[in-house]
Amino acid sequence: MSTRLGNWAARHGHAFVSTLGHLSRHALATALTVIAISLALALPLALGLLVNNIRSLGGTLDESLGLSVYLKPGVTESAARTLAMQVRAHPGVRSVTLVSAAQGLALLRAQSGFGAALGSLTDNPLPNVLEVHPTPAAATPQRLDALRTALAALPPVDAVQLDRDWALRFNAILSVAREALLISVGLIAAGVVAVIGNTIRLEIQGRWAEIEVTKLVGGSNAFVRRPFLYAGVLYGVCAGLLGFGIVLAAGIALARPIAALSAAYGGHFALQGPGLRELGVLVGVGAVLGWLGAAVAASRQLARIEPRAG
Amino acid sequence: MIRFQRVSKRYPNGREALSELSFEVPAGEMLFLTGRSGAGKSTVLKLIALLERPSRGEVWVNGQNTARLKARRIPQFRRGIGVVFQDHRLLRDRPVFDNVALPLVAADVSFREIDRRVRAALDQVGLLGRERTLPLELSVGEQQRVGIARAIVGKPPLLIADEPTGNLDAALASEVLDLFARFSAVGVTVMIATHDLAWVRSSGRRELRLEGGTLPVAPAEGALPADVEALMSPARP
Repeated sequence: MSTRLGNWAARHGHAFVSTLGHLSRHALATALTVIAISLALALPLALGLLVNNIRSLGGTLDESLGLSVYLKPGVTESAARTLAMQVRAHPGVRSVTLVSAAQGLALLRAQSGFGAALGSLTDNPLPNVLEVHPTPAAATPQRLDALRTALAALPPVDAVQLDRDWALRFNAILSVAREALLISVGLIAAGVVAVIGNTIRLEIQGRWAEIEVTKLVGGSNAFVRRPFLYAGVLYGVCAGLLGFGIVLAAGIALARPIAALSAAYGGHFALQGPGLRELGVLVGVGAVLGWLGAAVAASRQLARIEPRAG
Repeated sequence: MIRFQRVSKRYPNGREALSELSFEVPAGEMLFLTGRSGAGKSTVLKLIALLERPSRGEVWVNGQNTARLKARRIPQFRRGIGVVFQDHRLLRDRPVFDNVALPLVAADVSFREIDRRVRAALDQVGLLGRERTLPLELSVGEQQRVGIARAIVGKPPLLIADEPTGNLDAALASEVLDLFARFSAVGVTVMIATHDLAWVRSSGRRELRLEGGTLPVAPAEGALPADVEALMSPARP
């Protein structure tokens, strides 16, 4: 048993080493194939990471989901402060921030670029505003609606705006992006199988004389197919590694601009790059697709060599 | 060892290469298959090595009816036949050792055993010590002998050769044929397709002369026109 196992290991080792040798003797062709496949594998990984990052960005935005409570023009800042205390005691409310009319004007001056025009105003036209943030448990559409009704019923309140529509749209866009990603993963997987299949087909044709002789001296189909299957898997694994490297490099290159962008919006968003899990998935998927492409090409080609009845 | 029973072979292009061919070769005999090109010599060899299957009739090799052989048994079947080609079909990018070892590697023989048997086969054809040489660095005669070493390394009971001396001058051809005679002497059945009639005649071995895909009945050789079996029986000198 152990010698059979040893023979088995020796055979596969031999096939693996001879395949490595063959691929390295044709280094340029091998490199071009691997690069093409790695780009195909890198694309869905990059898209997937993009969707994940945007979703996590949405997660931090969920926390800023809230209601803007506009108070009537006559309500003074101190009355607003008292009201803020009352609202804070309301169940389902996590925090209340008062943006006074003066603060609002100052923000508008600073951010909108209308500083000069606003400076000509004698009166402040802005109302005092309470930014109300719900507790996570209260952040459901129904409870937010109930909270809005309750706040709108308070005498000093002019209007309540629920910042929810954008969140719904955001989620809808994200789910479209996820669907598109799944479809593209399927298409790209088929493309990778086709590319590897075609590469292996050409390789088989290039080594046709060798295959014929091997079969003539008693080589089984499994024996003839073995080095090509190894080649397919090697293409897939190398392309997976390279594709991961490409996405990793792109992530590193993007990290600084994104940090700068995030800082400009007062956030602290950091790009989540690909990790070990993604590396494993990409290499594994590459290996499986490579094997599949090689198996399809090899079985189709080898079927041509069987004896014909005529 | 080989038995053809009313074998016909028609190729997909409609050409009938063999028609109603019958003959028998007992184990251990060395004989020649002759005839003009197109007479069906190559088809006979292809049917024996199971590169083709007959359209009609039965081909028995080594006690097996090739028609009954399942596809997955074919590799095992072919390991019992050593094949030598006119153009020797060596792998140019592999050294002599790898070329000769191919049948053993394909048959899952252990590497230690492969090393021993490849050297033994190379010794038999007089090429021991040339293991690391590439085929193109060898002379034509040496290349043919590497092809023969590859055919015998698996110790097959049957050796078939398609024009093995076609590319060789008289001295080299004689050398190669002597080699075949040595294998025959130790019990290997040897069938050689050739048009080198002078050597066939001088060897005194049996000759199957194909004409138009069959063996013409030849009264001069003492057989009755209808008695195909008698004609086919081994006629040793």
